[in-house]
Amino acid sequence: MTDVAEAAVLEREAQSVVKKFMFVNRKAPHGTIYALEGLEVVLISAAFDQDVSLAFLDDGVYQLVKGQQTKGLEVKNFSPTYRALEGYDIEKLYVERESLEARGLREDQLIVPVQVVSAREMARLMEEQDVLIGF
Amino acid sequence: MKFSLLINEGPYNHQAADSAYQFARAALAKGHEVKRIFFYHDGVHNATRLTEPPQDDRHIVNRWSKLAADHGVDLVVCVAAGLRRGLVEDNLAPGFRISGLGQLVEAGIESDRLVVFGD
Repeated sequence: MTDVAEAAVLEREAQSVVKKFMFVNRKAPHGTIYALEGLEVVLISAAFDQDVSLAFLDDGVYQLVKGQQTKGLEVKNFSPTYRALEGYDIEKLYVERESLEARGLREDQLIVPVQVVSAREMARLMEEQDVLIGF
Repeated sequence: MKFSLLINEGPYNHQAADSAYQFARAALAKGHEVKRIFFYHDGVHNATRLTEPPQDDRHIVNRWSKLAADHGVDLVVCVAAGLRRGLVEDNLAPGFRISGLGQLVEAGIESDRLVVFGD
């Protein structure tokens, strides 16, 4: 079997398996690159037909706040990308209630529809996953 | 058990690369398989052959190369994260290869456990 044919077989085998992937976002959108590069992985994962969800907790909840202005920072404002996730069939976005409340944020200040869940529920959701990737 | 690892931090600056290496060694010693180690964010700096630590320090990059040579571990550097940080084919240490993020997702699908090392 050629390398190319083998790679194609591997890819098919990989794609026939559906695992539950959760990407856990814990950091503010700017200040470090984790949120931006993390989102790249989320978008790629959509091509593998997996059961993908996103969790936002700690300062990660700031990633979803509406009306971000990054011009002064001279960095890209990537927050509209969260609105594009729906187009990739990534619709399970969980936000931890305690993290929102600790920062004085409300659900209506977020750029996309989300499910607000308690820390306890979030733990249960994490328990269900096959793969947890934190950024 | 089949493991893959994700390393999100640069060497020397952060414990992640050391912890991941020790984890990989311990897993292999117990007879487990380490299929792939994926380097992302500043983790891509683990792959540069230009690294020259002081004589009395561990050589993190050479350690990875040896792990690949001895155990056939697939060391993959994210192309986009690498380009952003000047890590290209020309300065890659032995045993590493550059590829896309699909390799990380695939590692998650095909391994029993994907273990993440980072902040």
